[in-house]
Amino acid sequence: MIQLRHIERVFMVGEEEVHALRDVSITAEAGEYIAIMGPSGSGKSSLLNILGLLDRPDSGAYELDGTLVSNLDEKQQAAIRMHKIGFVFQFFHLVPRLSAFDNVALPLVLSGVKPDERQTRVSTALAAFGLGNRARHRPDQLSGGQRQRVAIARATIMQPSVILADEPTGNLDRSSGIEVAEILEELNHQGMTLIMVTHDPDMGKRSRRQILMVDGRVEGGKGEDRSP
Amino acid sequence: MRLRDILSFSIRAATANRGRVLLMLLAMAIGVGSVVVFISLGDSARNYVIDQFSSLGTDLLIVLPGRSETTGGPPPLLGETPRDLTLDDAMALSRARTVRRMAPIIAGSAPISVQGLEREMLVLGSSSELFAIRHLALSQGSFLPPGDLSRAESVCVIGLKGKKELFGSGPAIGRWLRIGDRRFRVIGILSSPGVSLGEDLGEIVIIPVAAAQSLFNASSLFRILVEAKNSAVIEPTRQAILEIIRQRHEGEDDITVITQDAVLTTFNRIFQALTLSVTGIAAISLVVAGIMIMNVMLVAVSNRRAEIGLLKAIGASRGQILGLFLAESTLLSTVGAAIGLVVALLGIRLAGILFPQFPLQLAPWSPAIAIAVALISGIAFGVLPAHRAANLEPALALARR
Repeated sequence: MIQLRHIERVFMVGEEEVHALRDVSITAEAGEYIAIMGPSGSGKSSLLNILGLLDRPDSGAYELDGTLVSNLDEKQQAAIRMHKIGFVFQFFHLVPRLSAFDNVALPLVLSGVKPDERQTRVSTALAAFGLGNRARHRPDQLSGGQRQRVAIARATIMQPSVILADEPTGNLDRSSGIEVAEILEELNHQGMTLIMVTHDPDMGKRSRRQILMVDGRVEGGKGEDRSP
Repeated sequence: MRLRDILSFSIRAATANRGRVLLMLLAMAIGVGSVVVFISLGDSARNYVIDQFSSLGTDLLIVLPGRSETTGGPPPLLGETPRDLTLDDAMALSRARTVRRMAPIIAGSAPISVQGLEREMLVLGSSSELFAIRHLALSQGSFLPPGDLSRAESVCVIGLKGKKELFGSGPAIGRWLRIGDRRFRVIGILSSPGVSLGEDLGEIVIIPVAAAQSLFNASSLFRILVEAKNSAVIEPTRQAILEIIRQRHEGEDDITVITQDAVLTTFNRIFQALTLSVTGIAAISLVVAGIMIMNVMLVAVSNRRAEIGLLKAIGASRGQILGLFLAESTLLSTVGAAIGLVVALLGIRLAGILFPQFPLQLAPWSPAIAIAVALISGIAFGVLPAHRAANLEPALALARR
C-alpha cells in the first residue's frame, strides 16, 4: 500500500521557485492500477520520482507497505528501490553495451545473487516475455517493443510490489504500445501495483483509476479514489 | 555485489570506449615503463661501479699523505706542510699483523723512448706486491721481482698498448727502453688492456719504486696500497696504519687512510640520490597518466549519466556506484601498468643486446614500485569522477535521454 501525505516539492529554476508538487496526498491500495495524467509540466514525473524514491520531497510523508520510507537514509532507500519498486521508462534506459540477458540480470548482479541462480531466473523471465531467442542481442539489435519488454523484465526480475511506468508506450508505435500495456496489465493482475504516467487519454482509459494533475496539484480523478 | 561481477561490469564498461581507453593505457604504460627503466638504469650503474671497485679487492686500504679533514684548533703559526710518506714508512706498514700485502706507489709521467720512437707515458714505481693487490695479469714474461724495495733494479713491466706503440708486433721481452735518462730492460707485458680506476693500464710502465724515486728525484711516495688479511680486519688495520705512521711522524696524524668500504658507501649514496632524482622525473609522467585516467573517467561519467541514473533506480546505492567507477579506473591503471612493465622489460632486454658492455638489469623492486604507484594513482585520480557519478541525482540523470 502506498500513502503520500501532504507532499511538497519545490525546485529552484534560476531565481524563481517552481512548485512541482503542492500538497499532494494520494493513497493507493496494493494491486491498484492507476494512471497519472495531466499536461506536461503538471508535476506527473515529479510525483513518479517521489514515488520511486528517486527524489526526496521537501516536506510531507511517504509510506510504502507500512514503512515510512521518506525518512530512510540513502542506502536503505536504494534497498527499497531494489526490492519493492520496478521502473519502466519511456526511453527504456537499457545499458547499450549489455545484451538483453545482462540488462535483465543487472538488478540480480547488484544484489549479489549467484550466477547460476541468475541464469535460471533471467532465462525464465525472458521466455515469459517472449524474448527467449533474443537473450544475446544488444538493445540496438532489438525493436522498440522488444526493448520495452526487456526493460519490463528487468523491472520485475526482483518481484517488486510496485511498478512505476513513465510514459511506457510514449516511444512505441500503436501496436507495440498496446502489447506493452497488456503486459503491464497482466503483471497488475498478478498483484503488482501499477502506477503509470501518461498523457495519452486512450492509455489512461485502460486504467481503473485516473489521477489528474494540474500545476502541481491533484485536481481530481475518476475511479476508485479512496484518498482523503 | 560480487567481486567477479564488479570486475566484469568494469571491464565491459571500460572496453566500450576503445579509443580513449587505449590512449590512457598508453600514457600509463609510458609512465610505468619509464619509472622501471630509470630505476633499473640507476641501479645498474650503481652495481657497475661497485663491481669495478670490488674487482680491486674489498680488503684494500689506500694511504695518502696529508690529512683530508680539518681537526679544528688554531692554524699553526709557522707554515707546516704534511710530512712526506717515505719508503721506510711503507716498509714499516708491512710489519703490521693484519697486513697481507703492501705496495708503495710513485706515479709520474715521463718520456719513454726506444730507438728514436718516443712516447709520453704514465710511469708507476711500485713493488712486486702490486701485481696481486691490483689483480693484474701478464701476457708475457714476469712481474717486478720481489726483494729489497730500496734496490733500484733497471727492469720494467709495460702495458700492452704501450708495447705495441714502442716495439710494434715484434718481441719486447729482454729489450731495453729509455725512461728519462735511465735505461730499463723489459721483463713483462701486462695483458689486461682495460681501464682500472681511471688509469689506463694499456699505456703504463711499471718500474721498481727505488728506480722511480731516483728517476723523479723524489723520496716521497704518491700513496701506499695496503691489503688487509681479510675484510673483517679492515678497521684494525686502519688503526694500526695510523698508529705506525703517528709514531714515525713524531705524534702527528698527517696521513689519510681511505678504505674501500668508505669509497663504496659514498658511491652508493651518490647513485641512490641519482636514481631517486631520475625516478622522480619519470614519476611526473605517471602523474600525467593519472590525470588522463581522471579525464577518461570524467568523460565516462558524463556519457553514462543515464546508465548511472538507471543503476540507482534499480537499487544501486551510492557506495556501489562509487565502487564500480573506482574499480574501472583501478582496472585501467593496472592494465596500463602491466603493459608498461612488459615494455620496460623488453626495453631492458633490447638495451642489453645493443650495449652488452653496460650490464643493464631490471632492478628487483622496481616492478613492485611501479605497480604500487599505478594503483595509487588509479585510485587517487579515480576518486573525483567516481564521487561525481555516485552523487548524480537519479531523477535528473534519467530525465534526459
